[in-house]
Amino acid sequence: MSDRLKATIVTIATYGFVGVMSFISVFPFLWMILNTTNTSIDIMQGRLSMGSALSANIRNFFAATNVPLIFWNSTKIAILSTVLTLAVSSLAGYGFEMFRSRMRERVFQAILLTLMIPFAALMIPLFVIMGRAGLIDTHIAVVLPTIGSAFIIFYFRQSTKAFPSELRDAAKVDGLKEWQIFLFIYVPVMRSTYAAAFIIVFMTAWNNYLWPLIVLQSNETKTIPLLIYSQASAYYPDFGVVMVGVVLATLPTLIVFFLMQRQFVQGMLGSVK
Amino acid sequence: MALARPGSIRRYYDINGWLFVGPALALICLFLVYPIFWSLWMSFHSGRGALVKFVGFGNIQRLMGDAVFIQALTNTITFFVVQVPIMILLALMLASILNSPKLVGRDLFRTAIFLPCVTSLIAYSALFKGMFTDDGIINSALHALHIISSPIPWRADPFWAKVLIIIAITWRWTGYNMIFYLAAMQNIDRSIYEAARIDGISAWGRFFHITIPMLKPVILFTSVISTIGTLQLFDEVINITEGGPSNATLTLSLYIYYLTFKFMPNLGYAATVSYVIVILVALLAFLQFYAARERDQ
Repeated sequence: MSDRLKATIVTIATYGFVGVMSFISVFPFLWMILNTTNTSIDIMQGRLSMGSALSANIRNFFAATNVPLIFWNSTKIAILSTVLTLAVSSLAGYGFEMFRSRMRERVFQAILLTLMIPFAALMIPLFVIMGRAGLIDTHIAVVLPTIGSAFIIFYFRQSTKAFPSELRDAAKVDGLKEWQIFLFIYVPVMRSTYAAAFIIVFMTAWNNYLWPLIVLQSNETKTIPLLIYSQASAYYPDFGVVMVGVVLATLPTLIVFFLMQRQFVQGMLGSVK
Repeated sequence: MALARPGSIRRYYDINGWLFVGPALALICLFLVYPIFWSLWMSFHSGRGALVKFVGFGNIQRLMGDAVFIQALTNTITFFVVQVPIMILLALMLASILNSPKLVGRDLFRTAIFLPCVTSLIAYSALFKGMFTDDGIINSALHALHIISSPIPWRADPFWAKVLIIIAITWRWTGYNMIFYLAAMQNIDRSIYEAARIDGISAWGRFFHITIPMLKPVILFTSVISTIGTLQLFDEVINITEGGPSNATLTLSLYIYYLTFKFMPNLGYAATVSYVIVILVALLAFLQFYAARERDQ
């Protein structure tokens, strides 16, 4: 009897714990959606019910800045960054695995070492480099430093180990050139690796904040994170407007997450595979 | 190809190898390797533009006497010393509960706890800023639950501002760490747990004597990643507290940003501060590397 009682208490405690943790994890999402309908004062006073300020908040959000342009900037940067990173870094990952030499092994190890360079140590020199190149306040300056990604190279090299080498041999017998093998055989076969890498790179680019904050300076080049920052850091922030921005910024990644949960998690685990 | 001599095969192989890795290599050299050495060179200089002059260890001397730097360093260390263990213990407990196949609705719980990882740092920072206002939802809820009698000055008090940042980071990253543990737990043979259970070892005993020892490499790996992440803490502090009140939440990254773009710009000194982070990160990475090597032997 006391064993069963103990088991019941353990069960209740277990469900209680995960239940509370799940609630804490999800609550801010619900709170943010709910508060797109409230005025800033209601939000600051902790109102927990639907308000009627939704249309006013949306109107104010779109009135303050050229929001469609900012969304276009973010989309452009994220897509450009993702496509270039996947192309350049998967080529390198494939190259390091398929064409091994002692020299390239050393280079690969050096690239892995760069993984631990903190961005804080790069931002000043990168800013100076971009300044000399006349690229300050351009989207090219945002994209360029992200393309040669040590992490994505590593990820592709790891995944290439599972690429069947018979496919490569057969293609060589058929007379395909190295770049044709890569483009017409490797890329289609590895599409799930590309999908996982796509999600990670896209999310990182979409959410990137510190580097764009430094390098983008005019309202016309800004991205969504910078817009949210400027709205939330005002002396008297209009939290209703901020909530609209936060919801719009979170929505794309949330949709991608629910559509592609498996690749999403796989991409995050990539580094320990 | 078939008629080629061995030497030219090797050359063909080598040329193709460099062609594939070349573009990435060039970009990494330009935007990673060159900047990090430039930063090192810069840390021995002072001034700006044409007025840059060599100061040797002058910047390091200045570092020692800079009270704001010492505070930023102390804050940063406080953040990871307090936050990383709390988060990792939470993530481990959640993972071991959610790994049990008997738990009803575990996919739902997993998704819920992972959800914060989907938000951008800036978006959730803005969210937390709104939730932790003086009369905001958190203080109202704590008041309604009779936990507090007067509102907590989250952003105005040096102690509570630190607590707020720690709560925020823990909310954002616990699920992320949990995913690593869940993946590693797939490799633990369930029969070990069954055997322990039959021997009458309690759930806590199994957690501390089976789960944690078996997951030691992953725990170490995530601790190092999280510590490196916390060393670079920036987005949250600039958005939620702006480093205040009176520098109570100023981190090294934020200080570098202020040194470069807000105060009188002194790139050399800012580069010196950034090398403090480089050294700390390198130390941690080597710790991880040696621990991993020990495990392989």
